[in-house]
Amino acid sequence: MSATELPLIGDYSTPAAALSGARIGVVTFPGTLDDRDAARAIRMAGAEAVSLWHGDADLSNVDAVVIPGGFSYGDYLRAGAIARFAPMMSKIVDAANSDAKLPVLGICNGFQILTESHLLPGSMIKNDHLKFLCRDQVLRVENNTTAWSNQYAQGEEITIVLKNQDGQYVADEKTLDALEAEGRVAFSYVGWNPNGSRRNIAGITNAAGNVVGLMPHPEHAVEAGFGPDHTGTDGLGFFTSVLTHLVGGQK
Amino acid sequence: MPRIVVDVMPKPEILDPQGKAIVGALPRLGFTAFSQVRQGKRFELTVDGEVTEEILAQAREAAEKLLSNPVIEDVVNVEVVAD
Repeated sequence: MSATELPLIGDYSTPAAALSGARIGVVTFPGTLDDRDAARAIRMAGAEAVSLWHGDADLSNVDAVVIPGGFSYGDYLRAGAIARFAPMMSKIVDAANSDAKLPVLGICNGFQILTESHLLPGSMIKNDHLKFLCRDQVLRVENNTTAWSNQYAQGEEITIVLKNQDGQYVADEKTLDALEAEGRVAFSYVGWNPNGSRRNIAGITNAAGNVVGLMPHPEHAVEAGFGPDHTGTDGLGFFTSVLTHLVGGQK
Repeated sequence: MPRIVVDVMPKPEILDPQGKAIVGALPRLGFTAFSQVRQGKRFELTVDGEVTEEILAQAREAAEKLLSNPVIEDVVNVEVVAD
């Protein structure tokens, strides 16, 4: 079985040893949509994708974790609010805050789960125009020193897929000022703010740079023929960044 | 059986997109007296038996920890209603 081939149903963990030897977990909650795309992106970057179930409390010795997009628990209560209390999330929060600083990437609903978990500040509310939106979105890399962005150039503009309904990033002015002053706005929207997010924020990082959350979807832009404009692969850098980080090659 | 009602509202400084859509729809139905709408959430927690101070304290804690997100919402009311 090749690194990018995957079964239509069942466990998507990579069967054979991957290129880098790095093991990256992908968490599945009830209502998660993009776990298989995230696992595929991880394999295409050269790592082993490890399937993690929300109800388990064992991180399976993974080197990093992706919390993928979707609608965990149907977005009931608030997006990400119920998923936050899953046993797997408690493990991830502890590992991210530990000295080992487990790299964690939250995409879309995963970003919402990270804010509900208080790993990242602020919160997401409904898009200011109230519509679900799906489009190719240009982002600017505002911080290329995080575990998930070190393979981009500072200020580089990338195009990946945006698709969400509750994508409007909000926080109080003091928090927003601090995020900007400390370089913790990792990605910003370019050209057009698609959801009313404060300060055009598309993604943020924690102070240590190991936890990153963003609304758009890099895992949908990793393979020519399927990404933005049918050619875009700008999202692959997130996954190669964490591999570089794990082997100690971070800038 | 008694219920504990918890009311949660978006913080005043947070723009409420749903409320904004509703206030836009009201005049189209002839309701012209309302200049602003803010949409919140009401939770009803049913208690089997008597509502003790301890149970009420649990409800207040659940309201802060799960039912609301303090970044964007305020718990504006926690009260017991008897049927």
